This record gives sequence, C-alpha cells and structure tokens, in this order.
Amino acid sequence: MSHLSYEDQKKLVFRGLMILGIITLVEVFIALLAKGHISHSIHFKEGFGHYLYMLLMIGFSLYKAYFIIFYFMHMAYEVRGLVLSVLLPTSLLVWAIIAFFQEGSSWGARRELIKEKDEESVRPAPAGQPQGYYIIPGTNGRNNG
Amino acid sequence: MADNSVAHAHETHGAHQEGGHNWEGAAEPFKASYGKLMMWYFLVSDAFTFAGFLIAYGALRFSMPSWPEPDFVFASFPFLKEGTHWPLVFVTFMTFVLIFSSVTMVRAVQEGHRENRRGVVFWMFLTILGGAVFLGSQAYEWTTLIVKENVSVSRNPFGRHLNDGYLVELDAQGQPVMDANGRPKPLMKDGAIAEVKKGDSYLLHGHRHDGKVELEQPYIFYTKGSDAGELRPVEPGPKAFGALFFFITGFHGFHVFSGVLFLSIIAINAASGLYAARKNGYEMVEKIGLYWHFVDLVWVFVFLVFYLL
Repeated sequence: MSHLSYEDQKKLVFRGLMILGIITLVEVFIALLAKGHISHSIHFKEGFGHYLYMLLMIGFSLYKAYFIIFYFMHMAYEVRGLVLSVLLPTSLLVWAIIAFFQEGSSWGARRELIKEKDEESVRPAPAGQPQGYYIIPGTNGRNNG
Repeated sequence: MADNSVAHAHETHGAHQEGGHNWEGAAEPFKASYGKLMMWYFLVSDAFTFAGFLIAYGALRFSMPSWPEPDFVFASFPFLKEGTHWPLVFVTFMTFVLIFSSVTMVRAVQEGHRENRRGVVFWMFLTILGGAVFLGSQAYEWTTLIVKENVSVSRNPFGRHLNDGYLVELDAQGQPVMDANGRPKPLMKDGAIAEVKKGDSYLLHGHRHDGKVELEQPYIFYTKGSDAGELRPVEPGPKAFGALFFFITGFHGFHVFSGVLFLSIIAINAASGLYAARKNGYEMVEKIGLYWHFVDLVWVFVFLVFYLL
C-alpha cells in the first residue's frame, strides 16, 4: 500500500469496481444464456457444455476472490510469510471439496440401491433347493402388491 | 478486534521503526500489528466455517437425483406484479450493493492512512448504508420465499421432473381422473395436453389453513424413462434445500449484520477523534475493512454456489 501514490490508490479502487462489476455482469449473462433464458434454442443444461459452464463460473469467482484478497484486502502488499500463513491452510479445502463431493455421490448411489432392494419381490425356495428366499428377477416392485 | 491503546500506537503507513515495541517483544511478526494479523487468522477460520457449509451443500446436492434450478427459484423482484419472472436479477442487484460497499470501504481505509477524519467518516457512512441495503434486500428475498412460495427449513416446494410425462386431471377430492380406457386423463392447458419434460422445474403452490401450509398435490402420468406407464404424485423437492439456503445465507447475513454494527461503532469512534489521537493511520478502520471485504468475498462464493451453478 505504502508505495502507491494517493492518485494511484484511487485509480486502483475504480479499477476494482470495474473489474468486479463487469465480471459479475458477464457471469449473470452467461448463466442466463446457459439456462436458456436469452435464447430458447441455445442452452448448456447438460453434457460437456454444462461442465464447461460450471468451470467458467468457478474460474470467474476465483478471479474475483483473488482480486478482493490481493488488492482490496492488500494481501499483495503484505510480507510473504503472512501471505503463505493465510493461503496455505486454505488450500486444504481443495481436498475437502474432492472428498465430500465424492462422498455425496456415494450417498446418492446407496440411496438408489436401498430403494431398489426395498422394492424387490421374493419367493420361497423351491423344494430340493437350498433354504431361503429367491429374488424374482426384474420385478423391482413393479408388480408386488 | 484487540484495542490498540495510545501507548501501543504504531505507524502502518510509514516506515517500521527498528526495534519497535508493539508486540512487547523486539519485532512484529510479518510486519503487521497484532490486531491486523489476528483479524487475518480469524478470517481464515471463518473461511473454513463457510467452506464447510458450502461443501455440505455440494455433497447433499450431489447425493440427490435432482435439485431445484436457481434461476427458477430466485426470479422475483420487488414492486413488480406477482408472477413476474426475472431470473437472477435481484441477486445481481444484491451483489452490486456488496461490491459498492466494499469499494467505499477501501476508500475509507485509504483516507484513514492519510489521517483524513472527514473522509473516513464519509466513506464509512456509505459502506454502512450499503450493508443496510443488502440486509433489507435479503429480508425481501427471505419473505418472498417463506410467505409466497412456502419454503421453510423443512419444506421445499421447488423441484425438477425426473422423467417425461403429462399432468393428470384431478377430481374434486384431488384424485386422478381416468378416461374410458382406464388411462389417466391428461390435464388440458390452453387447449393442449400439459406435458412435462425431464429436467423441467416446478413449484408446488401452497394454501394456508389456520396458519398451516398445505401444498398442492398434482399427479403425473409418466410416458418415458424408468417410470414409464406409472401414475405418481409430484413430490416436493429435496428437503435439504430450504435448510441449507436459510442457514447459509442466514449465516452470511448475520456476518453482514454484525459488520454493520461494528462499522457503526468504529465510524462513531472515528468521528469523535478517538483514532486521530492514536496516530496509527486509523488502524481500527483497516481491521474492520478486512472483515468487511471478507463478507463480500464470502458472498462471491454464496452467489456462485446458490445462484449460478
């Protein structure tokens, strides 16, 4: 901070306002486009386009976060030790995101499996076969009363 | 925020004195005052709290076969007639309010470094105003969701259809009507069958009786996918959505609220000349500035997770 003149500081503030404002407008425009609000024929609701859209949104948000931390919060003018002691612990979140999203998908898969198993029909073992119940294949609750 | 007494005054904008006595020891770690450094570490811990909440949102969303579409849920705007669909416009306005108040906060800190009391108070006043407008906007958003759309922490009338089909005509008791062939009779809307497509958003309208909310229960006859040939009631969307939305945006709103309180206290102190007497470049303003930018920073991610993705 200290090595910027007052005029330069004011310019930085104006630049920050422009950067954050324009990125936000672009984000919202792309979001509306991707969800089909601007043109009914163009949208990125699924598949590769959807992933690209999400990556783009995350990228823009990370850039906004970088700008706020480094210029509005003056991280760019702090000593290296302070920067590292704040940013290094935060990088642990990368793993948290990967692990918990993986976990979330697994909860979903298990819920589906339990639902499927709950709806299965069974019949008693026929004579001469090992004791127990046999799953009737392909029923999945479609015709069990 | 640790209070720096006059005896511990120090120049943040000037050169650091050799062998300063700010931390009682010989030197300042990281060339930052105690209060400023601790504010940074508080913000790191707060970032982890918010990240935990947002990651929980992501994990629960990934575990559900469908999730409400944000541009469908957040489409209301004040002073417009009901049913107006302006997706994401109001949250964009809220985002701009926070960006502006962040910018005015930077100006307040800069004027503080120049020991300009009037400038500090003026820019802090604008910052507080921005915070108040944001809180008011959030109150409007919550009211719309709770009162008009009947979302609560345990009820979520927003959802998305999992398969193609058509809406079924209901009799006076709310039961599906069958045609002569024993197939569910399609509901006609503007002379056409009310079809639903996989991924379409819906809102189950609610009715209040004696303060209790009852959601409508439409039926769908599915024509495609794994449910083909089945008649099923339209279920409310994932319950967790309401709880996550109110808890996370509420926690952020609480940060804004406490930020406005602290900003007001510090603005009054600055106006009274308290910080001018400390001759430390209005460090208190700088510290609350860090907090306020952090609130804006968190909103960047709340905006991303709740409204954009």
